[in-house]
Amino acid sequence: MTWDYSDMGKWSWKKHPRGAVIPKAGTAHDYKTGGWRSQRPILDKEKCINCFFCFIYCPDTAIIVKDEDMKGFDLKHCKGCGICAHECPKDAITMVDEIKAKQQDESASA
Amino acid sequence: MPRTVAAIGTDAVAEAMRQINPDVVPAYPITPQTAIVETFSQMVADGRVESLLINAESEHSAMSAAIGAAAAGTRVMTATSSQGLALMWEMLYIASGLRLPIILANVNRSLSAPINIHCDHSDSMGARDSGWIQLFSENGQEAYDNTLQAVRIAEHPDVKLPVMVLLDGFIISHSIDRVDFLEDDKVQKFVGSYTPEYPLLDAKNPVTWGAFDGLYGHYFEFKRAQQQGMLNAPAVIKKVGEEYGQMSGRPYGFFEEYHMEDAEFAVVALGSATGTIREAVDIARCADMKVGMIKLRMFRPFPAEELVKALSGVKAVGIFDRSDTFSGTLGGPVFVETRSAFYESPVKPLMSSYIYGLGGRDLSFDLIEKAFAELEETARTGKVKERINYLGLREGEVE
Amino acid sequence: MALKLKDLTKNKEWLTGGHRMCAGCGAPTAVRQILLAAPQDTNLVVCNPTGCMEVSTTIYPYTSWRASYIHSAFENAAATISGVETAYNALKKRGKLEDDFHFVAFGGDGGTYDIGFQSLSGALERGHRMLYVCYNNEAYMNTGIQRSGATPYGAWSTTSPFGSESIGKVQNRKDLTAIVAAHNIPYAAQASIHNWRDVARKAQKSFAVNGPSFINIMAPCHRGWRYPMEKTIELAKLSFETCIWPLYEVEEGQWKLTAKPREKKPVEEFLKTQGRFRHLFTPENKGQIQIIQDFVDREWETLLKRCGEA
Repeated sequence: MTWDYSDMGKWSWKKHPRGAVIPKAGTAHDYKTGGWRSQRPILDKEKCINCFFCFIYCPDTAIIVKDEDMKGFDLKHCKGCGICAHECPKDAITMVDEIKAKQQDESASA
Repeated sequence: MPRTVAAIGTDAVAEAMRQINPDVVPAYPITPQTAIVETFSQMVADGRVESLLINAESEHSAMSAAIGAAAAGTRVMTATSSQGLALMWEMLYIASGLRLPIILANVNRSLSAPINIHCDHSDSMGARDSGWIQLFSENGQEAYDNTLQAVRIAEHPDVKLPVMVLLDGFIISHSIDRVDFLEDDKVQKFVGSYTPEYPLLDAKNPVTWGAFDGLYGHYFEFKRAQQQGMLNAPAVIKKVGEEYGQMSGRPYGFFEEYHMEDAEFAVVALGSATGTIREAVDIARCADMKVGMIKLRMFRPFPAEELVKALSGVKAVGIFDRSDTFSGTLGGPVFVETRSAFYESPVKPLMSSYIYGLGGRDLSFDLIEKAFAELEETARTGKVKERINYLGLREGEVE
Repeated sequence: MALKLKDLTKNKEWLTGGHRMCAGCGAPTAVRQILLAAPQDTNLVVCNPTGCMEVSTTIYPYTSWRASYIHSAFENAAATISGVETAYNALKKRGKLEDDFHFVAFGGDGGTYDIGFQSLSGALERGHRMLYVCYNNEAYMNTGIQRSGATPYGAWSTTSPFGSESIGKVQNRKDLTAIVAAHNIPYAAQASIHNWRDVARKAQKSFAVNGPSFINIMAPCHRGWRYPMEKTIELAKLSFETCIWPLYEVEEGQWKLTAKPREKKPVEEFLKTQGRFRHLFTPENKGQIQIIQDFVDREWETLLKRCGEA
């Protein structure tokens, strides 16, 4: 199912799906909630033991696990609640100031 | 062969439901609707219909389950009355807002308080702005015919709105009358198979029903689109009514005109009272009274233009309402809407509101004749004596 | 059955990121834990009553659900999903549907203990094949922290504020899990998001049941309880360790504790972590904490007896 709703704000009443049905699954994945963050989780992979507590406690499905390996964070959706850092038994995750982290990202890519 | 039987109104509706063979029937019992679900439950128990029943623990849950089942992609029917319809209120708007073609037979009964089990139209009139199509029936035959047509109307792609079939409590629901039932296969062919939109049970394409419109503001657009379903409905109702006529010999339109061709004054009414009024018109015609009647079948959508046209030739109109608006000054609901329809019309007959039959009060010939006499006088003198009249109300001196 | 977290990481995520639940909310974690334990070869229809979960996960045109989803109103999630389930049975009966589905409703405590209680009771009695999950945060959080039938004695809420004439909520919460179990449904359980293994096991049992199942899952709300958001799991754990929220199941009428705290901590340990109980720690309210302790002790003893552990 493809459903392009990028210009929905301009849609006439004739264009919407009948009855306000959202005709496609999981469209919220397109929506960035990462902008809510004031703190950003940083992973120290050396300390990580792949216990996956961060994965199972994350409210935002923002822990990326591939092939039984914790890969990091989905920063598009992570809201920076800090549950992962708080629950990590090895202190492998630390929360850092989002603005500073952003500045570092920018200077690194510059 | 079609069968002609003596049936009470609720059995006529139950038989229509059996022949439609809906997928799911959620219901809760309430007088005088009970006989519909009792009869239908027996049909299910005897394997005469494939439908699955949901014995809901309230009407609110019955309509909620109907909404769930309809969104899942099935054909759904239910029935209720009075307080039951009132308890469904919240869900009526959700059913129409979600554009679900649910069919509801409402056996008209007064609303409490005081509690009263007999017929009036307070229940469905209160739901007149809930986004449901409303079709009134004069007798068991029409309740049967309307139920079959409701499926086609509700499910039509131009409409996609729920339909309420209305039949008067006890007067129709519990009175034995002659009813012609069509053959099962004819009914099946007429109603056809159902193709749902965005069914929940499509595993390949999961969809979200009942989304929240709180942040981006498309609500206005959805409501306008919903109104379009109502605007498209008359053409569909007309076409379905004609097609049904070809099949059954009983064609249906928005309303029936009786002796309107040369009428000087007229009565507009809906439901079982029109049978009595028709007789009264016949009697009055013998006495050279030029009276006509309009039996309104389609109340939602309201056939404003057609009604204005049909009534433009008369000098006086009495609108019979089996409920009141409690607006203080405006009169019964059909009266209010018919008057409103005439606002732009260059020709405006004089109009009076006759509120009758509340809580099952009988509408007898002498009351109709009284109204006729008053309307004739209005037509003659050009003056309305009382705009709002309570027909059959006891107004004697307190002893 | 061995249940490994690394296996759950490979399962289908039914709830995407991008939903608008508060940062640190316990409810989406409850949803994820339960649905990660769903059979991998099935399809789901999820239902919410009106509430936080509904308004935050289905903001048109954005839905966080990869499952089919329906919301219709506040007091009727169980009735709505029972309609969906019956529709499924109807289509199966007529040979019109090949795919298999499971049916799950997630209601908050307001939508379950209070306004949706009748609808839930009716659906349980009718025996629909559905899992009803109450994500319990002990108040109406969506509308701004009003007290519900799940709000514990002494808790502040915006409609049970503390003041010179009141200590907060003056009634005890009702024991909904026991009430649900009294419907004699095949499976009812109480769970908490801090114990993911217990949750997943209970979810697996629920999905396997051919009839109604119910899980009342503790899912703390930091906005309503007044604590720092990263402590959601810790608070859930404390509710368990103080026996305020015991973990148990009632399977075919058999009551069983599924986890037992090593030592039963005093309720004070839980209460002191949250702003909603702060007023109980003033000198004039000294006796209130004991009242809460007595209530928790009494419920705990009753539960131990039911589970044959007393």
